[in-house]
Amino acid sequence: MRARIGPWIAIIVGMIYFLVPLIATFEFSLRMKRGEYSFEAYRIVLGDPNFQASFTYSALIAVAAIIFGVLLVVPTAYVVQLKLPRLRPLVEFITLLPLVIPAIVLVFGYLRMYNSSSWIPLTNSVRGTDFLLTCAYVTLALPYMYRAVDTGLRAIDVRTLTEAAQSLGSSWPRILFQVILPNVRVAVLSGAFLTFAIVIGEFTMASLLNRPAFGPYLQLIGANRAYEPAALAIIAFIITWACMGLIQLFGGGRQNAARR
Amino acid sequence: MAFLTLESLTKTFGNQTTIHGIDLAVERGEFISFLGPSGCGKTTTLRMIAGFETPTSGTIKIDGKDVTDLRPNQRNIGMVFQAYALFPNMTVADNIAFGLKVAKKSSAEITKRVKEMLELIKLPDVGARYPYQLSGGQQQRVALARALAIQPKILLLDEPLSALDAKIRISLREEIRAVQRALGITTIYVTHDQEEALSMSDRICVMNDGRIEQLGTPFEIYNYPTTRFVASFVGTLNILNGQVLDSTSGRLGIDDQEIFTARELGGASTGDTLSLALRPEALSIGHANGGSNNLNGTIDEVHFLGSVVRIRVRFGSNIVSLDTFNRPHSAPPERGQPVTVNFTREDILVLDRPAI
Ligand SMILES: Nc1ncnc2c1ncn2[C@@H]1O[C@H](COP(=O)(O)OP(=O)(O)OP(=O)(O)O)[C@@H](O)[C@H]1O
Ligand SMILES: [Mg+2]
Repeated sequence: MRARIGPWIAIIVGMIYFLVPLIATFEFSLRMKRGEYSFEAYRIVLGDPNFQASFTYSALIAVAAIIFGVLLVVPTAYVVQLKLPRLRPLVEFITLLPLVIPAIVLVFGYLRMYNSSSWIPLTNSVRGTDFLLTCAYVTLALPYMYRAVDTGLRAIDVRTLTEAAQSLGSSWPRILFQVILPNVRVAVLSGAFLTFAIVIGEFTMASLLNRPAFGPYLQLIGANRAYEPAALAIIAFIITWACMGLIQLFGGGRQNAARR
Repeated sequence: MAFLTLESLTKTFGNQTTIHGIDLAVERGEFISFLGPSGCGKTTTLRMIAGFETPTSGTIKIDGKDVTDLRPNQRNIGMVFQAYALFPNMTVADNIAFGLKVAKKSSAEITKRVKEMLELIKLPDVGARYPYQLSGGQQQRVALARALAIQPKILLLDEPLSALDAKIRISLREEIRAVQRALGITTIYVTHDQEEALSMSDRICVMNDGRIEQLGTPFEIYNYPTTRFVASFVGTLNILNGQVLDSTSGRLGIDDQEIFTARELGGASTGDTLSLALRPEALSIGHANGGSNNLNGTIDEVHFLGSVVRIRVRFGSNIVSLDTFNRPHSAPPERGQPVTVNFTREDILVLDRPAI
């Protein structure tokens, strides 16, 4: 019995550490109307056209970043695993760099490389800047995306499956899209949800590239209002956890995933 | 003209040569086994035929055409792997249809062919299942069907049965052979199980250390091994060291006893030591066999294997194993008991004669 107490204390302390601020924020977000609990702050936030616009914008950029990321990471991880296993440490190191280099450094680097008087003046146009932002998010999500896909690839016998497909006459694109990708679907999905969660809350890059994303909107509201930021924090929290829940759902349902 | 020819094929990994110039001619419709110990280069040779490894030098010809530089997906070769390698995201029917879809066959044709293949492997009802819903033996049959569906020129199998348990292994090897005969497809079968190679093959290619040691029918390989390696690798062979006492009459000394070979020992001179091979089934205990060679020794060990009793007999520094059938009414001999081992002159196989 005694041995059980220590871990429980640790868990309870941890829960308090996480839950108290959350509950307090939630409670505060309900107090917009004097003297009663209401979802008034949420109504205002969700009804704000800027909220809708910035959230839609970030969601679109997130989807684009996911597509780019998958197209970049899956073939790379596949080739490294199949043909260049000796490069694995190097590639892993590169994919970890975005965790080490602060976003602010990255974005200044981008601005230097792609400003209006550079060789590739991406910041000249709105679409160009959107593209740059998408690429920046692919980079930010790279550590998570690469790890997820790499783990997925290790779980299947990449080499033999590839050779089986090759001996049946298959070309490389077909092997990649019909044999490899479907078998790492679960891993790709968890990478995708992580990317989504990162992009939705990101502030630095969107702000410095001056794009109307959700992160800067959060900051703006936070600086000027009292109750709405609390409501927004709870909303952002729910979105993030929904993403995590979806990862759990797809990751845990491996058998289901294999069935179709 | 042979259907598949390998001409002085070599393969070097880094600075280590694993295949030392292999020459092989396989006839159309033939079933050839590559037999050899682990690491001897069976898989590497097979992978070069399939196109997964590029030979360092030499050529591979299929049906008269040089395919050495063709990519694996251009060679039209069916491949079956030890680990089945079915696509886990596809049903059995989709697995079998994969190669046909790649070849852009019409959907009617694909449906028909998939059905045929499922009947060929005697699993007509599993088309809608996923690989993980099948047993290992069933998965390997599906893998065979998938490889054969594209009507390949050559079928390559790399230890397809070694992940399965003994019973299924035996029934499946008969099935593979039957399918191979029915389709008349040229087949190369890699194994390190000599029983598998002996029972299935038209010819066996015994390999050791990246070289072909001997190529011949199972009968030839088993009864007339030409090298000491083949003799010891195929079957449980007894090897005795004999001293030449008289090469013309074939008189040999085994420690302090004497035996005679059927033929004279050309090239050997008195005093040379020769390796002699004796199959366990050629030996018998006592004089009943009527062979003219007798060796007296003591029983070292008795292994009761069921229908067969394997007895190990020691003569001085030499040890032989021999097989007797189990007889329920007479107990097997005991350890330490003195016995006489009898065999004919023809049963002695002289290995690695000194050069003439
Ligand atoms: N990609 C490779 N790089 C370096 N060496 C290799 C490579 N593939 C095979 N080898 C070496 O070549 C030799 C032959 O290997 P191979 O796989 O052909 O043996 P095998 O006869 O199939 O053995 P087994 O019965 O264990 O499967 C081995 O010594 C192995 O270490
Ligand atoms: Mg092998």
